[in-house]
Amino acid sequence: MSDSIHRKLERSATGFMLAIIAAASVGGIVEIAPLFTIDDTVETVEDMRLYTPLELAGRDIYVREGCYACHSQMIRTLRDDVERYGPYSLAVESKYDHPMLWGSKRTGPDLARIGGKYSDFWHVAHLNNPRDVVPESNMPSYRWLSTTLLDTTKLPLMLAAQRTVGVPYTDDMIENAAVDAYGQAAPDSEQASEVTTRYGEGTQLSAFDGVVTNLTEMDALVAYIQVLGRLTGAAYENTAAAEPMPEPSNN
Amino acid sequence: MRQLTTGERDLAAGVLIVLAVIGVAMAAVGRNEPFGIHGLIVLIYSGCLLALLMSGAFSPAPDPSRFSKYYDDPIKIGVGLTLFWAIFGMFVGVWAAAQLAWPALNFDTAWSSFGRIRPAHTSGVIFGFGGNALITTSFHVVQRTSRARLADQFSPWFVLFGFNLFCLLAISGYFLGVTQSKEYAEAEWYADIWLVIVWIVYFVLYVRTLARRKEPHIYVANWYYLAFILVVAILHIVNNLAVPISVTDAKSYTVWAGVQDAMVQWWYGHNAVAFFLTAGFLAMLYYYLPIRAQRPIFSYRLSILSFWGITFFYMWAGSHHLHYTALPHWVQNLGMTFSVMLLVPSWASAGNALLTLNGAWHKVRDDATLRFMMMAAFFYGLSTFEGSFLAIRPVNSLSHYTDWTVGHVHAGALGWVALITFGALYTLVPAIWKLDRMYSAALVEIHFWLALIGTLIYVFAMWNSGIIQGLMWRTYSEDSALTYSFVDTLVAMYPYYIARAFGGLLFLIGAVIAAYNVWMTVRHAGTATAASSEDFPIVDGVKTHATPAE
Repeated sequence: MSDSIHRKLERSATGFMLAIIAAASVGGIVEIAPLFTIDDTVETVEDMRLYTPLELAGRDIYVREGCYACHSQMIRTLRDDVERYGPYSLAVESKYDHPMLWGSKRTGPDLARIGGKYSDFWHVAHLNNPRDVVPESNMPSYRWLSTTLLDTTKLPLMLAAQRTVGVPYTDDMIENAAVDAYGQAAPDSEQASEVTTRYGEGTQLSAFDGVVTNLTEMDALVAYIQVLGRLTGAAYENTAAAEPMPEPSNN
Repeated sequence: MRQLTTGERDLAAGVLIVLAVIGVAMAAVGRNEPFGIHGLIVLIYSGCLLALLMSGAFSPAPDPSRFSKYYDDPIKIGVGLTLFWAIFGMFVGVWAAAQLAWPALNFDTAWSSFGRIRPAHTSGVIFGFGGNALITTSFHVVQRTSRARLADQFSPWFVLFGFNLFCLLAISGYFLGVTQSKEYAEAEWYADIWLVIVWIVYFVLYVRTLARRKEPHIYVANWYYLAFILVVAILHIVNNLAVPISVTDAKSYTVWAGVQDAMVQWWYGHNAVAFFLTAGFLAMLYYYLPIRAQRPIFSYRLSILSFWGITFFYMWAGSHHLHYTALPHWVQNLGMTFSVMLLVPSWASAGNALLTLNGAWHKVRDDATLRFMMMAAFFYGLSTFEGSFLAIRPVNSLSHYTDWTVGHVHAGALGWVALITFGALYTLVPAIWKLDRMYSAALVEIHFWLALIGTLIYVFAMWNSGIIQGLMWRTYSEDSALTYSFVDTLVAMYPYYIARAFGGLLFLIGAVIAAYNVWMTVRHAGTATAASSEDFPIVDGVKTHATPAE
């Protein structure tokens, strides 16, 4: 009987088309729509802060160079993940991430909590030539980042576009984006204090690439790496234990 | 293009001029930035096509007898483009694989570092090779199974060249650092919008051709092509919704954030596997395998079951990419459940294909082309089984983030997608150029073994490295401390990375041989023997030729 119904359906291009759309729509709607409406999908935390203009610029460099192809930013709820990298990632930690950079492959280690683990100097050395600090590494060198000046003229546009998609940057932040980028990488300057006023006391001020006289792409990328996992402390307060290993450990 | 009428030539010229103007505008506002370079590419691309069009502008009006033949000119160009992108995409893949073993192979340049050439490889093979193969074969199949000529003469060219412009913009963009980082959807907003326009034209052309069919029923292969065109459009539009920082800049930010973005991304990512890399290629399987084996499809009911099963179940499966992450547990479970259920329709298709060969196994032994298709069906069954297996949460806890996933993908990409494509091409090329067979059967045979051995080396290397890496990450010493550092696991991978590059190289050499064989076949097409007496559309009212058996 089903054969004859289908025989009829096969005779109509329009009918067949609509049937395909109907069958294919259900799964996506059921799984995606509730993520916007169920409240506890993304936790609410008080101390969540925004990326500064310099960190956002660094994030865009991270995207541009395809770092996500080898480094995940998602610590799973597994014992070995948590012991190796730190508390497992919460949804709220990527609440302002357009796009998210959870990744799908670890050719290099996870970076979700890399911020603050190493010095700025270590990161600069690592990006200039990974094998200088990790002899076994197969990561490419990114030495041109130190000599390429950061284009700050587009920072206001970038912050404004981020606001359009839902990140709560204020007019003040957008207007001063370029100045704030300089201020964050020049901790002794007058502009530096304004950065902390706008983005919070927790903002890391540093001459990231070791040179305060100019603002390079290296400054931006290191500033971004150093903020990873430090936008909120919520994950450290989360007391839920990691899920047990699904099979007995082999010791 | 000699079959275009004056009106169609004018339309083509108009479209190309508009495109050239857009190119000039992009180049002007983008100056030396990637956006401007892309403007220049658009300008040069449309300029070249315009020159080509003009060279034939005053040729005589096309012969009305063309309507009694199928419109195969775009298919011929499509075969060439498919093979070009195959070699390009696979070459970049081998290069990227080699960089993982020898990082100095980027020669200290930004444009060729791993993070930039990796998407050039994936887009090159998925969209360049796979996409062109899908468009080309769909033009071939829809005409033959509908016994009707393509509905239009201009739009097939628009679809083919428009799609290749998208590929060019996307892939050149990655080398320049233009990417939105969404895996398998890295192209930026303007390339995405262009693809939507091309895709709408493709859809209209396809449905109009189907509507002109002289067969009462829509043949199975067309179900799959239709699903591929429709669902890829939905996926592409939803996943790529983004806000550019300005209309004169390549950079944009996706409208989705965090956990929702992750879900949308893998809903797209996994269904690109389902509807780009599976549905479209199953369409090839359902047309070219029965033709080559000269056997009807084993079971009509299995065809129905697997088609609707795949169309319905796959759309739920994407969340299995996000096990143990911050994605809510209930979505992970739905994804896992449907991924396991997917095995039923997938194996229904693979089984249907292999059972179709019953009674034709002697042909499989003698005919390497048919063997390409048989191995493709076998790898399809293997990699869908593996996919369902890897989607189970506890298994995924070991395999995720490791090379096991890469191995799984390539069992599908090399063993299934590429093998079925080459099988289809080796059937299509002689048919389109009205020849009895390819230039060299021996070269097809050599290609088959290179492809098979290359795939096996690749997949076994990645299975080994992935499982070893996953196990090393979770190994604890007697005092409950992690035994291995991350670097220890990386060092253990090196021999497998070298093996992988070697397997990929064998596969690439096979593709080069295929291109040579096709080239030589086409060169000999001048001395064509005779066209098949059945290879004609049914022209209105006059049923002069026999109808093909379903």
